[in-house]
Amino acid sequence: MKKESIMAGKTVGTQGLVLNEPLVFEQGAPERTAFSLPQSDMLEKPPEDLLPRAYVRQEIQGLPEMSEVDVVRHYTRLSQWNYAVDLGFYPLGSCTMKYNPKINEDLAALVGFTHTHPYQGNTKSQGILRLMYELQAMLAEIVGLDAVSLQPSAGAHGELTGMLMIRAYHADRGSPRKKVIIPDSAHGTNPASSALCDYQAVSLKSDSRGLISPDLLAEAMEEDVAALMLTNPNTLGLFEEDILKVTEVVHAKGGLVYCDGANLNALVGIARFGDMGIDVVHLNLHKTFSTPHGGGGPGAGPVAVRENLAPYLPIPVVDKEEDQYVLRGERPKSIGKVRAFHGSFGILVRAYAYILSMGAEGLKEASQTAVVNANYLRTKLKRFYHLPYDRICKHECVFSDKLQNAFGVQTIHIAKRLMDYGFHPPTIYFPLIVHGALMIEPTETESKETLDQFVAAMEAIAGESQENPDIVINAPQRTKVTRLDETQAARFPCLTYSDLE
Amino acid sequence: MRYIPNTKSVRQKMLREIHVKSLEDLFSDIPEEVRLQKLLRIPGPVSEQELYEHLMTLSEKNNHGGNASYFIGAGAYFHWIPSVVSHLAGRSEFYTAYTPYQPEISQGTLQAIFEFQTYMCLLTRMEVANASMYDGASALAEAVLMARRINPARADVLMPSTVHPEYRQVVQTYLLAQDTNFIDVPFTEDFQTDWKAIEKRISKETSCLVIQNPNVFGTVENFQTLQRISEKIHEVGALMIVTVIEPISLGILAPPGEYGADIVVGEGQPLGNPISFGGPFLGIFATKKTFVRKMPGRLVGQTTDSRGERGYVLTLATREQHIRREKATSNICTNQSLCALRASIYLSVLGKKGFRELARVNLKHADYAREQISRIGGFRIAPVPIFNEFVVECPKTVSKIQKALLAKRIVGGLDLSRFFPNLENHILLCATEMNSRNDIDRMCEVLRSMT
Repeated sequence: MKKESIMAGKTVGTQGLVLNEPLVFEQGAPERTAFSLPQSDMLEKPPEDLLPRAYVRQEIQGLPEMSEVDVVRHYTRLSQWNYAVDLGFYPLGSCTMKYNPKINEDLAALVGFTHTHPYQGNTKSQGILRLMYELQAMLAEIVGLDAVSLQPSAGAHGELTGMLMIRAYHADRGSPRKKVIIPDSAHGTNPASSALCDYQAVSLKSDSRGLISPDLLAEAMEEDVAALMLTNPNTLGLFEEDILKVTEVVHAKGGLVYCDGANLNALVGIARFGDMGIDVVHLNLHKTFSTPHGGGGPGAGPVAVRENLAPYLPIPVVDKEEDQYVLRGERPKSIGKVRAFHGSFGILVRAYAYILSMGAEGLKEASQTAVVNANYLRTKLKRFYHLPYDRICKHECVFSDKLQNAFGVQTIHIAKRLMDYGFHPPTIYFPLIVHGALMIEPTETESKETLDQFVAAMEAIAGESQENPDIVINAPQRTKVTRLDETQAARFPCLTYSDLE
Repeated sequence: MRYIPNTKSVRQKMLREIHVKSLEDLFSDIPEEVRLQKLLRIPGPVSEQELYEHLMTLSEKNNHGGNASYFIGAGAYFHWIPSVVSHLAGRSEFYTAYTPYQPEISQGTLQAIFEFQTYMCLLTRMEVANASMYDGASALAEAVLMARRINPARADVLMPSTVHPEYRQVVQTYLLAQDTNFIDVPFTEDFQTDWKAIEKRISKETSCLVIQNPNVFGTVENFQTLQRISEKIHEVGALMIVTVIEPISLGILAPPGEYGADIVVGEGQPLGNPISFGGPFLGIFATKKTFVRKMPGRLVGQTTDSRGERGYVLTLATREQHIRREKATSNICTNQSLCALRASIYLSVLGKKGFRELARVNLKHADYAREQISRIGGFRIAPVPIFNEFVVECPKTVSKIQKALLAKRIVGGLDLSRFFPNLENHILLCATEMNSRNDIDRMCEVLRSMT
């Protein structure tokens, strides 16, 4: 039987020796240390005497006392409990978990980048500022817009920045307006970012194609709508086919179009947001431009805008005066700052290096391959899983658990069972408009062999769901811990070691 | 292309299996008018070797720790980063993982965050800390938003000038759409917050008071005054937010939890993260348990698995955008996990004794520098308690002094007139364990030549 042969030998999921490891706070011994300081030859009196007694704190009880070996073993063991891109396929939809090139880590760690201070002055930061200036230009070219701010630290941070600019733009023209239209397939950050800007989020129903209907949009598009906030390709992985009509409808009423650039990996070198009539877009450098996700950050979320919005960009922007690169802070219409200093420079280095490594042709090939890989999975998997929107997709495709529900198997079970087969699960239960969604994004950095292994695992799980649903429902069995009690965690929050004691 | 495994011929084969004739067919849903007909105007591709050479050249066009000594802090601090920090955080199981949505295969990241949350509570003496925010300034903005949520009818935010100007700017930007009355309060001649002026502005309209300690001038604020002010703030039902931009100071200074803070935010960069021209940084956010369901950001909690084994999960997610959408406590989607991991590794290396000793050495070095400079004619320094930063009034313009220092490959401090026009000729200097006696003496020599 095919299913058994996969479990017997071919699957990548297996068991190995995984070591237990307590918390740092449960380890160590008095007087043990992993730290050394240079001999100080400055002053003899204890520094405590330099402060009024009431200001002085004693040693912090509860901090551990470990040797360097203890620390190294602790974090090495922890690291081995993680699934990661460097271990295997990570098909999280809308997250673009592509390979993170090693050379980019080396480059970001160069002392001439890491050991520099944001206030050290333009003349002594010419290499850094040139990199930032060129990256601004590259990103503007990729999305077909005019000006870029590299300041935002993440996608959601970029959304906030973009929406604040839209607010400032409208306020400048008399009124900030009241509403933002957001398709029902949008990321949760979109309505949350709009709310932070005091906009009322108005949900727009997707049509039967899973797309924005220009007619429905026209009905919702009133004079008090500040913007339409869309994602293209959308979270079903589908290109908004009527995008030109859509942006025209919004502009006709004086509104602006914001695009969540989370799914740009489908379009680099193929189509540009500016050419579609989009006014503002944020880019996730940790998705399309290969900077690592870091277990949840740091990422970077630069924002690109059309010329009429450029005056509102956060300060400073990097500019060029003759042959000198400068940080420019005097911009009277700017929304101000969304974080201290000038952006996550360490992340910008990696994205810049990635773009140069790829070049225009390489970037285009990456997007093309990402789309081929997604359509390959769509074609292969629809034999076993329900595909609610069966049409050509872009970088990702969305299935549901409809066929497996008959056997009591749900999306969560399929996701957990994939772990036993050695894969990270797809994004699940999102977008909200697909009941029991399984959102799969392979990216361009996966080979056909890997995709075939994944298809085989998904096929095997579909088979198990029919023949032996319990093995799916009780998954995972091969992981360091089994299903965790999330209800207990939320009802009796234990958020620090002292809660645990 | 070395990062794309599928060759053109494999791609052709896959296209056949997708039942399309050509690659173009996969893009037929994109309107003709917006399909890009030419290649992007982007340089490259370059080989790995060329890339390295190019970025090496760019990196050497900057002043940096390898070719200059730095006496500047002002929100970004140079400290020695023990070798193990980069080695351990550089394990790709950590840095190539996503947010730990699937706990069974993310226990490494989850336990590390749980430890980080504990570390932040120990340092600040608060009850609960989140998994981190973008940076100290955005964490402060989120704290003010949280205070506004707790007391929605109150619009006054007391934010004195002794809070880092960029932090104040960020708070104002984040709150552009909220109707907020920011009340600025000046500072005294010796660079302390003008507490008398603050007391006068505390009222039933007060939402929160924001304090930075040590403040933007490096001055350690008076502990008893802080306690008294927090009582006044609590009497009117407002919140006290304390910002700690240099967390190494918590090794020797009384923590905000001891002088009445309701929310403590801060910058975690000094804990094992390089400055890298200002980012990525690490926002710290801690508060009291009463407010846990009002707080922004990711939280990790301990629980058990189906076999009764200890494990960790993301929890209290009903506050967050992916569930709550427009009603979420914040739009933040993730944290600065890898920076938080570095902070945890760093604190594990330092340990109880190391963290204390490091704070002592910082104070020692800054005090030595202050003492030496105060002996030079024409340079004036206010005799206030400090940690590792202090203000010097100079006999010449700061730009002249910076220029003279740069000639000796010393990056001097921050020209305070950049943010405080009335502080002409005032420089903010910083000394940490990275500045040896020899460095400090060398700097003083340059200053002496300026008199």
